[in-house]
Amino acid sequence: MARKVRFVQGNEACVEGALYAGLSFYAGYPITPSTEIAELLAERLPARGGRFIQMEDEIASMCAIIGASLTGNKVMTATSGPGFSLKQEAIGYACMAEIPCVIVNVQRGGPSTGNPTHVGQGDINQARWGTHGDHNIIALTASNHQDVFAMTVEAFNMAETYRTPVVLLFDEVIGHMREKLLVPEPGELPLVERLRTSVPKDVDYHPYLPREDGRLPMSDFGGEHRYNVTGLYHDMWGFPTSNPKMVSELLRHLIDKIDNRVHEITRHKEHFLEGARYVLISYGASARSAIHLARERRARGERIGVIELQSLWPFPREMIREKCREAKAVLVVEMNMGQMLAQVRAAVADPEKVFLANRVDGKLIAPADIKQVLRVIQGRGV
Amino acid sequence: MAIQDYIRQRFFPHLWCPGCGHGIILNNLLHAVDELGLAKNDIVVTSGIGCSARISGYVDFHTLHTLHGRALAFATGVKLSRPELTLIVPMGDGDALAIGGNHFIHAARRNIDITAIVMNNRIYGMTGGQFSPLSGPGILATTAPYRTIDPNFDVVELARAAGATFVARSTTYHALETIDLLKRAISHKGFAVVEILTQCPTYYGRKNKEGEAAEMIERYKHITAKIGSKALEENPALIPRGVFVEVGRPEYCEAYEEVIVRARQEVAA
Repeated sequence: MARKVRFVQGNEACVEGALYAGLSFYAGYPITPSTEIAELLAERLPARGGRFIQMEDEIASMCAIIGASLTGNKVMTATSGPGFSLKQEAIGYACMAEIPCVIVNVQRGGPSTGNPTHVGQGDINQARWGTHGDHNIIALTASNHQDVFAMTVEAFNMAETYRTPVVLLFDEVIGHMREKLLVPEPGELPLVERLRTSVPKDVDYHPYLPREDGRLPMSDFGGEHRYNVTGLYHDMWGFPTSNPKMVSELLRHLIDKIDNRVHEITRHKEHFLEGARYVLISYGASARSAIHLARERRARGERIGVIELQSLWPFPREMIREKCREAKAVLVVEMNMGQMLAQVRAAVADPEKVFLANRVDGKLIAPADIKQVLRVIQGRGV
Repeated sequence: MAIQDYIRQRFFPHLWCPGCGHGIILNNLLHAVDELGLAKNDIVVTSGIGCSARISGYVDFHTLHTLHGRALAFATGVKLSRPELTLIVPMGDGDALAIGGNHFIHAARRNIDITAIVMNNRIYGMTGGQFSPLSGPGILATTAPYRTIDPNFDVVELARAAGATFVARSTTYHALETIDLLKRAISHKGFAVVEILTQCPTYYGRKNKEGEAAEMIERYKHITAKIGSKALEENPALIPRGVFVEVGRPEYCEAYEEVIVRARQEVAA
C-alpha cells in the first residue's frame, strides 16, 4: 500500500500524529489558532470509538483529560496562549500526580489576548514555569509538518514513558500553513503503550512506588486496584503526607525523573553545521527562515549552520555548549524577546558571543531579518 | 458488608473537627452504597479541595482528590471515558458553587450521569471561616466582620434551572432520609444533585452563636420540613426537604454512544 500523501495544515498534521499514537480521548475549548485540532478530532475520534468533548472552559478541558487518562486512555487537549494560562494549575496537578497527557499550545501573540491570528513564540518560558512550585516538564516543537506529526507521536510516547504532561509548542504559522505530509504506515514509528502494573488484584498496589528503572506502572481507574490520587504531597499509596522525608523524596523524584534523562528526551536537528563559524539556533516557524538563510550562505561558501531545537524543555545545555564551542558567534532566532536566548547564554562558555535575531510584531521572522543582525555581528555595518 | 469495610482504616483518624457534620454524610453515603449493593471497584469518588473533599481519601473506592472547584470537570473525563463506572462527587460550598460554579451548571446542562453531593455548611471551613456563596446575608464570617451583604444561591433552584434531572435536599439531622435520597440519586440515570445541610460548629456555629454541634444538628429539625408536609404548608418560611426534581432526559454518555454510531455510519458510507 502506497504511503498516504496529504496536503495539510500543521494543526491537521498534529491530529494525524495524535491518532497514529493512539489518542482516544480529547477535551477542548475553541481558541484561535488551535481550533482546527478540536474540529478535526470531533469528526475523527468517534468513528474510531474514541471520545471528544467540548468542555465549558479551558480549565475543565485540562481536568477532563486528566480524568480520562486515569481510566487508561491516551489523552490530549489543544489551546493557545490565554487558554494555556488557564490550564496551568491542572498541568501542575498532572505533574504532581504523574498522569500522562499531551497539551498542544499553538502560540499566537501575547501577553493577554495579544493577537489571536498572528504568530508568536512567547510562551516558551510559560511552558517551563507556568504552574507554581518546583516541577519538571517536557516541551517539544517542530518547524515542518512531517516533524509536527513525528513530534506529536513522540509527545505521547514520552508522556507514557515518564508519566508526565508533555507540551507541544507549535506556533500560528506552523499551525495554519499548508504543506506535504507523508502519513507513516502503522508500525513505522515506534509507539509507547501504557505500562500497567503486574501486581495481581487483592494485592496491595503502590501507585507511587517507582520500579528500579524509575518507571511507575499504572492501574486503570475502574480496574482491579483501588487507590488514591491527589495533588497534595503523597506517599507511595497516593495518600496525603507531610512527612519531611517523603515530601523531599517526592519532589526530587519529580525533578530527577526528567533531569536524569535529558540525553534520551532531547531532540534536535543539525543543518549545515559542520565547521560552522556562525551558529544559528532556532525552532518552530523561525527555524525555517534560519535554515533558508544558512542554505543560501553555504552556497556562497560561508561557514554558517543551524541547530534546530525539536525539544525546548528540558533544555539540552550540554549539547548546545558542545556544538557552539568553536563558533565565532551564536545567533538565536526566535519570535519573542529572547526566551531561548537566555538559555543559550547560560549554556555556552562565552555568553558575550550569543546574539538575538527576533521579531515580535506578529509577522514571521524572515531571512532578511536575520541577515540584518548577522551583518552587525560580522562587522559589515548596519 | 459492614460500613468499616468501605473505609481505608489505615488513613484514619480523619481530619474533621469534633461535631462536624461531614462524618455523618460519609456514613450516610456508605450506607447508601451498601444498600444498593454496588461493588467497590465500580465506584469512583472525585473531589475538589476543602473539608468536604477529604471524603475521597477515606473511602475504599477509586478516589481522585483534585483541584479546588474542578471535581466535576475531572469526573466528566472519568465518566465519559468509562461510562459503566458510578461517579460520586462530594463538594463543599466553594467547590460546588463558587470557584466550581461553572462546572456545576454545565454538568447539569449535559445531564451526565454523576451524583453531586453539595455539603452545605454555609462557610469555608478549611481556610478558617470565610463566608461562601451559600452563607446568605447577615452572617458573621472572618471576611464579613460587619455581616455579609451577599445573597446566597438556592442550590435546589440553581440545579433545577441548569438542567439537573434529580434534585433533592436533606440535612445531617435527617440521616435516614439522606441515605434514601443518596440511593435514589446514585441510581438515577443523569446528573443528580443532593444538597445536605451540615453543621460547622467550629467556624459557622461559634461565630454566629448557633451553639454546640448537637444544637446545630437539632436546629435542622426545626428550620426544615418535608415537601408536602402540613408543617411546610403552615409555615412556608421553613426550608423544604425531599425530592424536588426527578425527570428523564437523555444522558450525556448514552447520547455520545449514538454519536459514535452516526460517525461510523458516515465513515462507512
